[in-house]
Parts: sequence; structure tokens; C-alpha cells
Amino acid sequence: MSEPKRKTELRHDAGGRAAHDVGGLDFGPIDRTEHDLAIWEKRVDAMLILLTGPKKGAFKIDAMRRVIEDYGQQQYDSTTYYEKWIRAIRNLLVEQEVLTRAEIEEKVAAVEQAMRASGRQLAGGTVPWDNVETPL
Amino acid sequence: MATPRFRVGDVVRVDARAALGHCRTPFFLRGKTGVIVGIQGAFHDPEKLAYHKPGLPRMVLYKVRFKQPEIWPNYPGRPHDQLEADIYEHWLIRADGEARSDSHAAA
Repeated sequence: MSEPKRKTELRHDAGGRAAHDVGGLDFGPIDRTEHDLAIWEKRVDAMLILLTGPKKGAFKIDAMRRVIEDYGQQQYDSTTYYEKWIRAIRNLLVEQEVLTRAEIEEKVAAVEQAMRASGRQLAGGTVPWDNVETPL
Repeated sequence: MATPRFRVGDVVRVDARAALGHCRTPFFLRGKTGVIVGIQGAFHDPEKLAYHKPGLPRMVLYKVRFKQPEIWPNYPGRPHDQLEADIYEHWLIRADGEARSDSHAAA
């Protein structure tokens, strides 16, 4: 895969800040309630540790941060912590040629079909592969 | 370790330049002046690691202490409040000196 492009997605009306670089901006009150992680979030955490560990070494955590930053303002503001992680991991698996985009999309479609067949409710929508602003 | 350019006690200013791509120097500290209070070591450059590059040469990382009233306009806290941040050497300028000549744009 060709080298990823170095770029900065700017935040709108923020004096030249990058989209993610929000330290010091007013984002409203901080939610101090504690909550458990969902199972899928723990899996994402484990996935990151395994992928960035010495055995697999697919990418550095710095690359994950870069992908999250490159998603831009709309995605940054509308995704949760682990939603950011899993999107970036997914993109990096393709960027580093661990999996192809087609393989991932095929598997997602298969999982969705199995879930529908078993009566599970799906959230709906699609996760963009880049920072194209789409409704979630 | 790479020879540190600064020592504990040095007064430094965070470069006010814009970053291109991944950067570990937060916007709210750009252009602010602080003092070196610690040398954290030398690390592979995260601005290069983020693009799957080896991140060499290692960059020296400093703990820099700032005064909160100097960072935030109309700071509502106590006048002696401090903030410490880890800043990489290539983002620091000796407060009475010239900017570093080596650019850190495309790596």
C-alpha cells in the first residue's frame, strides 16, 4: 500500500486547530459518572494490544491516533472513545494489508445477516471509511 | 540517549507553528512560555511512527511547566496554579533565542 498521506483536518471556526485538538475549547460539563465497558469495547481494547504488540506489530498506536485525527470534526465529535478505536483499527488493517476492505465488508455483511436471522436488532447505518461527512 | 538541547531550569517557548499531520504538541500550548522541569528521555518520533516510519532519530522529550494564568485568558483559578506537559524538543525554542532551523514538515 502507498504511504499514508500526511494531512491535517482542521476544526471549523477554531483558529486553526486540528479537528481533534480540542483542549481548552468549551465542550460543556464533564460527565463524571462511572460506567462499565461493554463487551465489544473490551474486545477492541484487546484487539489493539494484540495488533500493536511484538508478535503482530501491525502498526503503532501513533498510527491509530493519526487515523482518528484524520477522520475530521464531524466523526470526532459524534463517536465514542472505542468507536474511534475500532474504526481506526479497521482502516489500519487495510492500510497495512492485513485484511482487504472487501474481506472486512464481506464479513460485516455476513454477521449482519446472521444477526437479522436470529432476530437481533441492528443499529443501522454504515461507518464511513474516511472523513467524508455522512449522516450516522 | 541523544544529547538534550535543554537543561532543567531553561526557559523555553513552544513554537507557534502549525503542524502537518500527527503531532503531540497541543494547540493550546503553542506559543506559550514555560520552564524545563524534567528530561523524560529520548523516544522514537511519534510524528513519524504515525505514518509507519521508524521514527528515527529519537527525539528528546521534556516535562515543561507552565503557569495557568499565562495559558488561559481570564483564568478563574488560583494565580499560582501550574500545568505540566510533555513536549518534544523539536517544538521548543529557547525563550531568548532563534527558532530551530530544521523544519519538521514532511518526514
